[in-house]
Amino acid sequence: MNNPMGEFLSDLTRYPFLQHALLAGVLAGVACGIVGSYVVTKKISTIAGSIAHTVLGGLGAARYFQVVHRWDWCSPLWGAVAAALLAAVVIGLVSMKARQREDTVIGALWAVGMAAGILFISQTPGYSEDLMSYLFGSILMVSERDLWLIAGLDLAVVAVGALFYNQFLALCFDEEFARLRGVRVEWFYLLLLCLTALTVVLLVTVVGIIMVIALITLPAAVAGEFTKRLWHMMVLSAVLTVVFTTAGLAVSYGPNWPAGATIIVIAGAVYLSSAVGLRLFRLKP
Amino acid sequence: MSAMNGKNVVTVSDVTFSYDGVPVLEDVRFTIPERAFVSIVGPNGGGKTTLLKLMLGLLEPSRGTLEVLGTSPARARTRIGYMPQHVQLDPQFPVSVLDVVLMGRMGKGTGWGPYSRHDRAVALDALRKLEMEGLEDRPFMALSGGQRQRVLIARALACEPEMLLLDEPTANVDPAAETGLFELLHEMSKTITVVVVSHDLGFVSHYVQAVVCVNRRVMVHPTSSVTGEVIRDLYLSDVCMVRHHHRHG
Repeated sequence: MNNPMGEFLSDLTRYPFLQHALLAGVLAGVACGIVGSYVVTKKISTIAGSIAHTVLGGLGAARYFQVVHRWDWCSPLWGAVAAALLAAVVIGLVSMKARQREDTVIGALWAVGMAAGILFISQTPGYSEDLMSYLFGSILMVSERDLWLIAGLDLAVVAVGALFYNQFLALCFDEEFARLRGVRVEWFYLLLLCLTALTVVLLVTVVGIIMVIALITLPAAVAGEFTKRLWHMMVLSAVLTVVFTTAGLAVSYGPNWPAGATIIVIAGAVYLSSAVGLRLFRLKP
Repeated sequence: MSAMNGKNVVTVSDVTFSYDGVPVLEDVRFTIPERAFVSIVGPNGGGKTTLLKLMLGLLEPSRGTLEVLGTSPARARTRIGYMPQHVQLDPQFPVSVLDVVLMGRMGKGTGWGPYSRHDRAVALDALRKLEMEGLEDRPFMALSGGQRQRVLIARALACEPEMLLLDEPTANVDPAAETGLFELLHEMSKTITVVVVSHDLGFVSHYVQAVVCVNRRVMVHPTSSVTGEVIRDLYLSDVCMVRHHHRHG
């Protein structure tokens, strides 16, 4: 029996698709560490979940126009970016103008986005396997062009997330005080939701729509157990995400398991053992 | 309280505020002069916090007008150091004491990027005034309730404000620390206006010049005239007033 880990490493040097996959995981991990920490401390993970599911609408629509109407430039990833940003802005505006409806809108977008995606995919000839790859991830199919877009999104998220760290920290910790200090909290909340949307798109390529919410919250939750400052949490969370995606890729490659699901199971196992372990050894209440 | 000397920093004129048609404050009018040390007292649900939020421009009055520091509350708010009650904050949040105090420096710099060395110096100085020096690297969540309260007061001081608005600064603070805190606020009121929300009327009356009594309506009493009768009227029932025999100063 050959060594599966050795097979992964030797194939990594030979096949560009595997290198692309690894790089996509690393890039997504960095953005995920920063934005995931904001999402967890601001307690907006259901919003992230809702944005993730509306992405299916964007992916499906872009694929439909690309295949049926021959809009070659209309890559599914661009559709995902547009749908995610649209969902972020809608949720942001509703939570500012009509807070009592926020929960309803989050749920409605979640389902309607998926429904639109399924309709588009049903009308796109010959590509029904797309649905599975969107839902459960297709990290092994990341093209070089996708990788450039992923790198661009990653750079934007990291730059904005780091540049306005103080504002976002104040927004997450004590929104009212931030407002009193003259911070335009509505604008920054909207910006935070847009960063979340872009991060969701990055993660969709890695683990798929359904499992995005786990990858955005689990590494940040583990990091939160061990850190006492937000930026420490971000750094640890980014490192953990990169470790989880790389390990998931390596472990799943030999036996040909789905990479996205493997990544999530590893993340979940680490979260569970750290949460239980810390309390078992009475290091935390 | 009438304007005795100098100008008023707060002028509330015939303000009414209601939530869904239920009046919380009615026909409120009072002024606070510059560099006064004033306490806002009243029963829970009497409208103290609503009055505070109106003064900060977080709420708009249903009728009437407020003027703060010579302008509208929303424009004046960055010149006010505000301390909310800490119970509304997430106790699990990963921030250090210094991180929290530095939030008071927001709006002073470029609007992006890290805080300046000057910001850190001001924040550390504010912690020193609250006798919290050496604790700046502690996680905020590891502090006791009273210590958190003092960190939030330091954050309000770090704003270098023209007026301090403190919501129940002595909740969870032990009596010795409470005395120290009021001595500090008394000292500060020589240069800036200090407004403290409190339900502990007996204690604050040693330090403040006037008491703003809020229970849907507002009455202002110079401290000397706060008698058992006034308090009974305010709370509409007998209250037990604790006598403090130690004298201030």
